[in-house]
Amino acid sequence: MRRTGAEIVWEMLKREGVEIVFGIPGGAIMDTYHPRRDYGTHHVLVRHEQSAAHAADGYARTSGRVGVAMATSGPGATNLVTGIATAMMDSSPIVCITGQVRTSLLGTDAFQEADITGITLPITKHNYLVTDIEELAGTIHDAFAIARSGRPGPVLVDLPVDVQKAETDFSAPSGATTLTARNCPSPDPSAVERAIELVRRAHRPVVLAGRGVLLSGAVAELAAFAEKLSTPVAVTLLGKGAFSPSHPYYVGMMGMHGHAAANHAIQEADLLIALGMRFDDRVTGNPSSYALQARKIHIDIDASELDKVIATDVAIHGDLRPLLEEITLRCQPTDHEDWIRRIDTWRDESKAHDALHQTPAEELPAPHVVNEIYKATSGQAVIVTDVGQHQMWAAQYYATGLASSFLTPGGLGTMGFGLPAAIGAQFARPGDEVWAIVGDGGFQMSLHELATLVQEDLPVRIAVINNRSLGMVRQWQTLFYDRRYEATDLLNPDFVKLAEAYGIQAYRAADLDEARSAISRARRVQGPVLVEFEVARDGELSHVYPMVPSGAALDTMIRRNPVGVGAATRRSRWTAR
Amino acid sequence: MDRTLIATVADRPGVLTRVASLFRRRAYNIESLTVGHTERPGISRMTIVVDGLRTDARKVAQNLEKLVDVQDVQDVTDRRLILRDLALIKVRLQSPETRSEVLRIAERLHGLLVDMCPHTAVIEITGSEEEIDMAIEALRGHGILEMVRTGQVAMVRGDPDPKVDGGHTSETLRANGRQGGTT
Repeated sequence: MRRTGAEIVWEMLKREGVEIVFGIPGGAIMDTYHPRRDYGTHHVLVRHEQSAAHAADGYARTSGRVGVAMATSGPGATNLVTGIATAMMDSSPIVCITGQVRTSLLGTDAFQEADITGITLPITKHNYLVTDIEELAGTIHDAFAIARSGRPGPVLVDLPVDVQKAETDFSAPSGATTLTARNCPSPDPSAVERAIELVRRAHRPVVLAGRGVLLSGAVAELAAFAEKLSTPVAVTLLGKGAFSPSHPYYVGMMGMHGHAAANHAIQEADLLIALGMRFDDRVTGNPSSYALQARKIHIDIDASELDKVIATDVAIHGDLRPLLEEITLRCQPTDHEDWIRRIDTWRDESKAHDALHQTPAEELPAPHVVNEIYKATSGQAVIVTDVGQHQMWAAQYYATGLASSFLTPGGLGTMGFGLPAAIGAQFARPGDEVWAIVGDGGFQMSLHELATLVQEDLPVRIAVINNRSLGMVRQWQTLFYDRRYEATDLLNPDFVKLAEAYGIQAYRAADLDEARSAISRARRVQGPVLVEFEVARDGELSHVYPMVPSGAALDTMIRRNPVGVGAATRRSRWTAR
Repeated sequence: MDRTLIATVADRPGVLTRVASLFRRRAYNIESLTVGHTERPGISRMTIVVDGLRTDARKVAQNLEKLVDVQDVQDVTDRRLILRDLALIKVRLQSPETRSEVLRIAERLHGLLVDMCPHTAVIEITGSEEEIDMAIEALRGHGILEMVRTGQVAMVRGDPDPKVDGGHTSETLRANGRQGGTT
């Protein structure tokens, strides 16, 4: 059958199971947009291409399927860049389809020409410039295969106008056309053997569970392992949901703003079992003082992550789920009661430092806001965060036990991610309650997507945690930069009025009672809704604690003063960094 | 210590850019990189020499293997290797005495005289890196006008055992269950 390049795009998207595309049309992609409705694929018109990439990413993270973004050439394509880099860092499978100037104009600095395959080369798993319509179908097929295989990630396909317009006899590609389909590596049996031996001999083991546990679908296998070997589990920021927070072996989130018990446990452990995580610097603190007493087992699907930051005793390159199953099967049940009790004492000790155990002053503390959302939604909502203090509070206080239900741009730390990613998440999980928890700073980097929410009538709930500043930077300025608040105070618009201008219902809350009632009212609204929480900018409850200062040992944490003690004392050794 | 990697890659536009971009992004120190066709159509072969003290050759290989266009990578440093580098050296011929001296040096180092003018000569030398270094050193006194080196290419020597596959590295990698492609 004769098909244009544009028709082949939609035909192939359909064959890949794509039901929704996020994007903005423009001169060089109009031809592709033209036949869209004949194929029934839903298109969401966002207001900035960066949001298209974030929405595709949010869709991918919540659905486990490949998200798709579409943009025109030049600025349309370059606007995708931040979203692509975000997906790359967090191993999120997205395919971006961009228009390009016609092949005869390539390299001539034509109107809206940008070398997007060159630009995205280091931030994609792979990218393509398709110059021959005969290669189009196979390329799109491969793009999806690459995006979702192994360690997932973004793939970009650049389509010159003449390729979109050209016609050919379409035949569906069979199997992988230009690359050998990636087989899962078979793990080294001797390494598995040595790992089992280390697990058997451990007295103080800790599992470090990352996003790889979720991507590999190993949540049940992790629970089985932890229970059989009575091993405590700490999660990374992106590993939230990999292990139930209500489980007695759950130690909490690790890292810079992790739970103190998790960080202490890691530093005192005699065995770390790192699963699908990559020892980010926000997770290790100073790597040269990291878990010095511990042997380390590291399992990852990406061989280049093994021994990259932390030297391991056993590194296994492979798919986590079958590996974990095998290791669990071959180990005898063990008992680490003393070790678990020791971790419990750290946990008990933490309670006095916990913001929730402190009486809020006049101003509303952000941790309490997150806690109220958690309680109101019974921990069942899909939470999408932006970047900054609210992100860490969301991670600390929204103790989700659900896989793929806590979305946060952990690797790249992309402000502006929250709202567009929540749009993608709501499309992926139409029946679920989706909350975008954002700060006033990051929200203003993508608040134009309020229009998209209304246009699509999506019931996303937006919680703006407004402390009238770029709070995390301000916290660093308070702690390490002599309280010189350089460029962190924000003069904000009235967010309630702003939402209303878009036709979105909105509420404001300035104390705990108002917060509770605003959350409960927001949950009853049918369409999109925004709640602005006016939270404390200064004072003991305006900082995220615990905090491992950048470059310090993981258990060198700045803590909030325990209940009954005055304002936090600054530790002089961390000033003026 | 230098480590030598052999990578087989798809012969497609942009492959060298992808490899070079990877080295730049990860701040790898590369001593030399050569690319050329192989016995298989559509497949090119890269010989990459990295400074093993400043750059972890394993990480180079693992990251290269993540590139879709890279089929496989092997560190052959510890295998029985043939390593060759080629240099073209143009020297000044100041007098008849220099001329005969240069010719003598070339002959002694198994060089080829590939060009001869009244005032210059071009000598081609093929050999290990050390042999070429030696030749350059010997000719330096006569005024090297211009010099170019190809960088090293490497090949693992054949095995006397007929059961051992003497062919390219990818077969052994496949046998171990690893395949080219993406991670």
